[in-house]
This record gives sequence, C-alpha cells and structure tokens, in this order.
Amino acid sequence: MEVNRLLIMDSSPQGRVTESTTKIMYTVCITLIPALAVSAWMFGWDALRVIALTAIFTVGIEALISRIAPYKINFMDGSSLLTGILLAMNVPSNAPWWMLLIGSLVAVILGKQVFGGLGQNIFNPALVARVFLLISFPVAMTSWPLPGMAVDAATGATPLGILKTEGVGALANTSLADLAIGQVGGSLGEISALALLIGALYLLYKRYITWEIPILFIAVVFVFTGIFYLIDPNQYASPVFHILTGGVFLGAFFMATDMVTSPLTFKGRVIFGIGCGLFTAIIRLFGSYPEGVSFAILLMNGVVPLLDKYFPDKKFGMVKNG
Amino acid sequence: MKIGEKFKKAFFTENPVTGLLLGLCPTLAVTSTAENGIGMGLATTFVLVGSNVVVSILKNVIPSRVRIPAFIVIIATFVTIVDMGLQATMFELHKTLGLFIPLIVVNCIILGRAEAFASKNTVWDSFVDGISMGLGFTFTLFILGSIREILGSGAILGYNFLPETSPTILVFVLAPGAFITLGFMLVGMNKINKVLQGSKS
Repeated sequence: MEVNRLLIMDSSPQGRVTESTTKIMYTVCITLIPALAVSAWMFGWDALRVIALTAIFTVGIEALISRIAPYKINFMDGSSLLTGILLAMNVPSNAPWWMLLIGSLVAVILGKQVFGGLGQNIFNPALVARVFLLISFPVAMTSWPLPGMAVDAATGATPLGILKTEGVGALANTSLADLAIGQVGGSLGEISALALLIGALYLLYKRYITWEIPILFIAVVFVFTGIFYLIDPNQYASPVFHILTGGVFLGAFFMATDMVTSPLTFKGRVIFGIGCGLFTAIIRLFGSYPEGVSFAILLMNGVVPLLDKYFPDKKFGMVKNG
Repeated sequence: MKIGEKFKKAFFTENPVTGLLLGLCPTLAVTSTAENGIGMGLATTFVLVGSNVVVSILKNVIPSRVRIPAFIVIIATFVTIVDMGLQATMFELHKTLGLFIPLIVVNCIILGRAEAFASKNTVWDSFVDGISMGLGFTFTLFILGSIREILGSGAILGYNFLPETSPTILVFVLAPGAFITLGFMLVGMNKINKVLQGSKS
C-alpha cells in the first residue's frame, strides 16, 4: 500500500540545500553532548543508563514500526535517536526502565508515527512523551535525585518545585551560579544552562536553528517574570532565576526550534517564540504545575499550521492589494 | 432485515461510536471505568428503545414540520424516567454519571435513530433497531472503559489485579487518555470492518 504524499511548494525563489535530514539530526545530537556530559558528571552512571536506554528504545521501536508501516521509514536517520536523547533529558535520572519504555513508545508511536512519520508530526515527539509521563506518573516524574552526591542519595524537588510549594523564601540558599552550572536538582537536561548554550551556539552558527524562537522565548519569560518581580520581590522569584531553571534553555534552543513543529516563516517564528515564552511564564506564575515549558511549546506547536497560513513570507514581486 | 445482520451492523460497521462517530461526548466523558461504561450504555439503550418505539407508533400523527421538537419531548420523557429510576435504585452509579444522564437527551444517536429509522419503519423493526444500536453503543463503551480502567487504574470491573502501591498509567483515567484510546479503537475497528466487508464481497 502506498501512501500519497503531497509535495507542498511555496513560490520561488527556492534554494537548494546540500544538507540532508540525517546530517542535521546527527549534528543536533552531537551538540547535546556538552549538556549530556554535565548530567553524566552530576548524576553519574544513572544518567548514562537513562540516555542509553531511551536511545535504544526509540530507535528500536521505530525499526519495528518500519516493518509494518505502509510508508518508508528510515529509522537510522537520526530523528528517532534525537527524540530519544531529548526524552532522556526530560526525565529524572532515577527513572525506571519501564517508564522509559512507555515514554519511548509514546514518543515514537503517538508523537510521530500516527501522523505519518517524520515531517508529518504536529507536536514535538519528545515533549508529547514527557507530558504523557508527567501526567501519568506525577510522583516519579517530580522527585528528582540531587546531583553531585553519592549513589542512592536523597531525592528532592527542583528549584521551581520548591518555588511553587514553599515560596521564594525557601530558595535563599540557591545561588544563580549553581543554576547556570548545574548544581541543582532536576531532569538530565534542565540542570546546566551553560552547557546547553554551548551546543546551541554551534547550531545557530551552522544556521540549523534561527535566533527568533529561542531569543524571544527566553526574553519574554525574562520580561514577564521581571514585571512581577518588580511588583513584589517577596512573592515572585527573579527573572534571572526563571530563565536559568527548568527547561527554558533546553526547550528554547532544542525543542521549540524543531524544524518540523515550528513555523516556516519569520513572522510566524516571532509569534511562536513570544507565545512559548508567555505561556511558560503564565503557567509558572499562576498555573498548578511548577514548570510550563513543555506545555507552552506543545500549545504553540498546535497553532503552527495557522501561523504558517496567516503570516506568510512576503512573496517576491507581490503587489499589495493585488 | 434479519436480526443477526442488524446486530452485526450495530456492533461493527454502523456502530454508533466507532462507525458513525455519534454520541462522543458521553463516550469520552464517562468511560473512565468499565462499570461506568456499561451503566451509561444501558441507560442510553433504554432511552433509545423507548423513544424508537414511541416515535414509530406516533409517526403518522406527528406533523413533519414539528417532528424534531416532538421527538425531543418523547426522548426527554424517557431520559427523565432513567434519571429518576437510577437515582432511586443505583444511587452510586447515578452520582458518578451525574450530569451525563440528563444529557442523554441531546445524544445524537437517539435523535438520529428516531429521525433516520423509527419515523419510517414499523414498531417491531424500530424496537430491534433500538436494542441493537443501544447494545452496540454499550459494547463500545464497555471496551473503551475496560481498556482505560486496566491501563489507568490496574483494575477490571473494579477488581484490582495489581498490588496497592504499583504505579499505573494515570493519563488513561484522565481526559487525554479517553481521546488516545478512542483513536486507537477507531484504527482497530476500521481494520475489522475492512475484513468484515471483504468477506462479504
């Protein structure tokens, strides 16, 4: 059985790219290595176990699906590996193997293949899996091992979790430098903003991602939480705290910028970035969940087709009111 | 039409939920457990049979221009009977189903069968149609509720087969789980229907 795919073409000019999907996907995987290294250093073997398991699960599941799917799937194109790594960065390092298996199944099947495979998915597969796990296993997904301690060390809440349950006062001991380097509790990928930035800068340099989404995402979170910090510093955490904690850097640079699930046009991407930042800040300040990055990105993923439709690029030679 | 054929249609090819995609609101909302699914399904079946029979009896009396309000009055009567009957006999189930019992009035299946079938066919045929369609609906709700209960709370019909502390996939008890499960059920039913239709031709 052959599935008919419509090739969607925009009007000229059209550029040729020499880069293949496979090369881009593997490059993104490589740029995540600094952040993975930090998490491995902080959480030890547990972190490597989680990363290895999700990578094997996602690629393996996709390989199995490629045998029964009515269309061609290249399971070695790096996209499922990237999904696996991103999923690993979204879970606590002590996540049991069956949770990672469920997460991988959800990411590959529900996040990607039910829509028809890579390029057809509406939502970021890794985030679909993360939210699925978060809603399904709220306890396991919110008790984080604290880094830099011996094996079997205590688990604790993330700084954002503490902020939500105990207020700003409880965070007096957490320095911003700790947040930037990664000396805090959290999932594998949210602990070190600095290491993520190194990889992200390379992606920006190679122009695999554009600046609009991540910069506006982070800027809007900063400004929005900053306004509330200025109103009442005793009740709201500082904007620097907000952009350095949680998944803001991971989400802004590696997940919101996913080529498949972000808008095609400049104006679309600007609105997408602002929307992600706004929803993140609103959920963090007023929602019942401590962290809003994943929900914000998924919400904005949902409106991408509309953004593409209503904010098209200016066509070459187009006449206004023409 | 043969009764067997009728039931096959109601359960598979023209199943209210998986074939016609009608009545999705109660389907998604109350099927967090198999028991709720059966309860909702049987309540709807009762209303469906009652309204089908009465509409069929009165089909020559009701002027066609006001038929929809007339059908709704008939349906609402049976819904009120179910609502009060459940409240009197099965109070716990009534509490869980809550608002969705009065909402059976606006279930598209019931008005749809009254309009498309009962108002054109004999009383006996309408009765069979009501029973088969209602049981087809109950069957789907039971399957949907069972899948959600097994995955979401680790239980079958209220009986826990997992130890107390073991984690379950909570999302299946919640609203997103209903959509996901129904989506995959539709995939399965389309596949089954294709096989059923293939064997006929």
